[in-house]
Amino acid sequence: MGKTLSEKVWDEHVVRSAPGEPDLLYIDLHLLHEVTSPQAFDGLRLASRTVRRPDLTLATEDHNVPTVDWDKPIADPVSRTQVETLRKNCADFGVRLHPLGDVEQGIVHVVGPQLGLTQPGMTIVCGDSHTSTHGAFGAIAFGIGTSEVEHVLATQTLTQARPKTMAVTINGSLPEGVTAKDMVLTLITHTGTGGGQGYIVEYRGQAIEELSMEGRMTVCNMSIEWGAKAGLIAPDQTTFDYIEGKPEAPKGADWDAAVAHWKTLRTDDDAVFDREIELDASTMTPFVTWGTNPGQGAPLGATIPSPDDFGEPNDKVATEKALHYMGLEAGTPLREVKVDTVFVGSCTNGRIEDLRLAASILEGRHVADDTRLLVVPGSVRVRLQAEAEGLDKVFLAAGAEWRGAGCSMCLGMNPDQLAPGERSASTSNRNFEGRQGKGGRTHLVSVPVAAATAVRGTLSSPADLQEV
Amino acid sequence: MDKFTTHTGVGVPLKRSNVDTDQIIPAVYLKRVTRTGFEDGLFAAWRGDPDFVLNDPAYASGSVLVAGPDFGTGSSREHAVWALQNYGFRAVISSRFADIFRGNSGKAGLVAAQVDEKVVQRLWDWLEDNPGGEVTVDLESRTVRAGAGEDAVEDSFDIDDYTRWRLLEGLDDIGITLGHDTDIADFEASRPSWKPVTA
Repeated sequence: MGKTLSEKVWDEHVVRSAPGEPDLLYIDLHLLHEVTSPQAFDGLRLASRTVRRPDLTLATEDHNVPTVDWDKPIADPVSRTQVETLRKNCADFGVRLHPLGDVEQGIVHVVGPQLGLTQPGMTIVCGDSHTSTHGAFGAIAFGIGTSEVEHVLATQTLTQARPKTMAVTINGSLPEGVTAKDMVLTLITHTGTGGGQGYIVEYRGQAIEELSMEGRMTVCNMSIEWGAKAGLIAPDQTTFDYIEGKPEAPKGADWDAAVAHWKTLRTDDDAVFDREIELDASTMTPFVTWGTNPGQGAPLGATIPSPDDFGEPNDKVATEKALHYMGLEAGTPLREVKVDTVFVGSCTNGRIEDLRLAASILEGRHVADDTRLLVVPGSVRVRLQAEAEGLDKVFLAAGAEWRGAGCSMCLGMNPDQLAPGERSASTSNRNFEGRQGKGGRTHLVSVPVAAATAVRGTLSSPADLQEV
Repeated sequence: MDKFTTHTGVGVPLKRSNVDTDQIIPAVYLKRVTRTGFEDGLFAAWRGDPDFVLNDPAYASGSVLVAGPDFGTGSSREHAVWALQNYGFRAVISSRFADIFRGNSGKAGLVAAQVDEKVVQRLWDWLEDNPGGEVTVDLESRTVRAGAGEDAVEDSFDIDDYTRWRLLEGLDDIGITLGHDTDIADFEASRPSWKPVTA
C-alpha cells in the first residue's frame, strides 16, 4: 500500500522508533519568538545544556512589538523585558535574531516563507500554534509548548506519537470574490473546533490547487482552529515558483536536487487516509463568525442563529453564552451588525497579496464615520513592498491607520487592543472571548469582507459597495 | 519533574465547553520570563464575576478541574498549564483535550485525564450535591473516583502509556532523548546538503 504525503515526510524524519514509545522526530527548522522561549533558555542554563543546532534555529520579535514608534524603546516595561530577554538569549546561545528595526523582522510565520527557509518536505516547529501555516509548502509544521521548545533547542528532535491522517478534498473552483479565508472558515464551521483533533490533514482538490501560496498559507494557518495537529498541501509548480530565488532557497545544483525530491512528495494513488472530508468550493460564499470560537460561523448573507437551532446540549449552552458575550440577538441579519474596528493583518492575512486585495477595494473609497481601520503588515518586507507599490497611500487616503509589522491586534499583547464591548471585524484567526482585548467582540472575516466592512461600518462584502 | 502517582483534592466543576487557552490565561499575562507567578492570570476574565466557580469558597482551594469538552484549544502557550499548576491544580478531567494542551500538560507534570462525557456529567452532578468534595485521580490504576457508597463515581481514564510512565517516574524528557545522541548524530550525517540553514 502506498503512503500519504504526511506519512512520507514523517518517515523521512524518524531518528528512532521503538514499540510502545513515540517516535523521535528530527526537526529541520525551529522558529523562536519572545513569548514562549525565555523559560526554555532558562532550562538550558539550569542543566548546563547548549543549543544543538543554532544553524537550524531562527528568532524574531513579533508578539509584543509596538506597531507605532518602533524605532523607540518599547514603552511597556514588561514587554520590553521579554524582548530584551530574547535578545540576550540569542546572543548567549548563538541564535540568529531579526529584532525590531531589522528589515527581516515580522511575524514569525511570515518571515520563514519570505526568507525561503520554509521548504517542502521539512519538519518545522515553533512555540506558536499557527506554525501550521508552513504546511502550505508540503512541510509538517506544528506548534509546540515551551517544554518542547527546550527539548528541540537541546536535541533538535521531538518525541511525537504518529498522528492519524485525514484528507480534506475541496472540489470545484471558488466563485469570484470568495477567498481562501472563506474556504477555511466554512470548513471549521462544518467540522467544529475539535474535528481535526489527532490528525495531520492534507488539503487537496481543484480549489486548493488553484490557490496562490499566500492563499494556501491562510488555509493551513487555521488548521489548528479545528484542532488538527498540522495541515499540509502537496508541493507543485506554484510552490516551486514561489520559493525559487528567495534568499535561503537552494541554488544551482542544490536547487535541481531539491526540486527532484520535492516532486516525490505526493500522496500515492493507493494510499489510504484514516478519514476523508469533501467540500464543494463552488457553493461557498463570504463567511464570517458570529460566536466566540472559530467554529461558530455562517455565510455573511445569513442571520444570527438561535441556541434552539442546535441539537447538542453543549452547543446550545455554548451558543447562548456566545450570543450573550457578543451582544447579539438571534435572528439579526449579519449584514446589520455594526462594527467599530476593522483589523487587516496577522499570520493569517497579513501578506502582500492581502494588502493588495484590501487596497483594491479601498481605492477611491473612505472608511465609515465611527469606524476605525488598522492595517498591519505581517513583516517589514511586506510593509516596504506595499509602500513601493503605493498601497500605503491608498490606505491613508481611505482614512486607515498604516502601521509597522507584528502580531498586533490579533492577540493584543502590544497596545493594539479592543476596549470592553468594542466590536471588530478581523482578518485574524481567533474570535475567543477577550482575545483582542478584555471584553472585545471579534468577528473573523476575509480581507474583502474586512475592507468592505470598513467602508460601510457594518459587516459587508464588496458586492454591497456602491461603484466608485 | 516530581513523580505523580495519585492525587486527591477538591474537585472544581467548570461547566463550559471549548475552554481555550486564551480563557485559561489571557495574552497580557504571558509577559513573565519565569515559570511561576501565572496564577493571577488564571481564568482572569471570569474571576471578576462573583458567580465564577473559583470565587465560591467551597472550591477556592481546588486542585482537580472537571471541565467540558475541547479543553485547552487554541494557542500553544504552556503558560496555560503553568497557570493551572501555579494556582494549585494537579489534574484536569475532560472528555476531550486539544493536542498541544495535552502534550504541554504531560511535559510539565499536570495530569490530563480523558474520560467519557458521561463521567464528566456524573462528576459535575456529584460535585453539585457535594460542593467542596474531593476527587481522586489515580494515575497508577488510571481511575477517577469521588464519594463513597451508592452515589460514588468511579471510572477509568485515558492517558497514553508513555506519558503515564514518565509522570509516574518523574522523568526528564530531554535527558531521555540525549541518551539517544548517537542515533541523532547518525541521522544528521544522512541529511541532504540542500536543506536550508539559518547561519
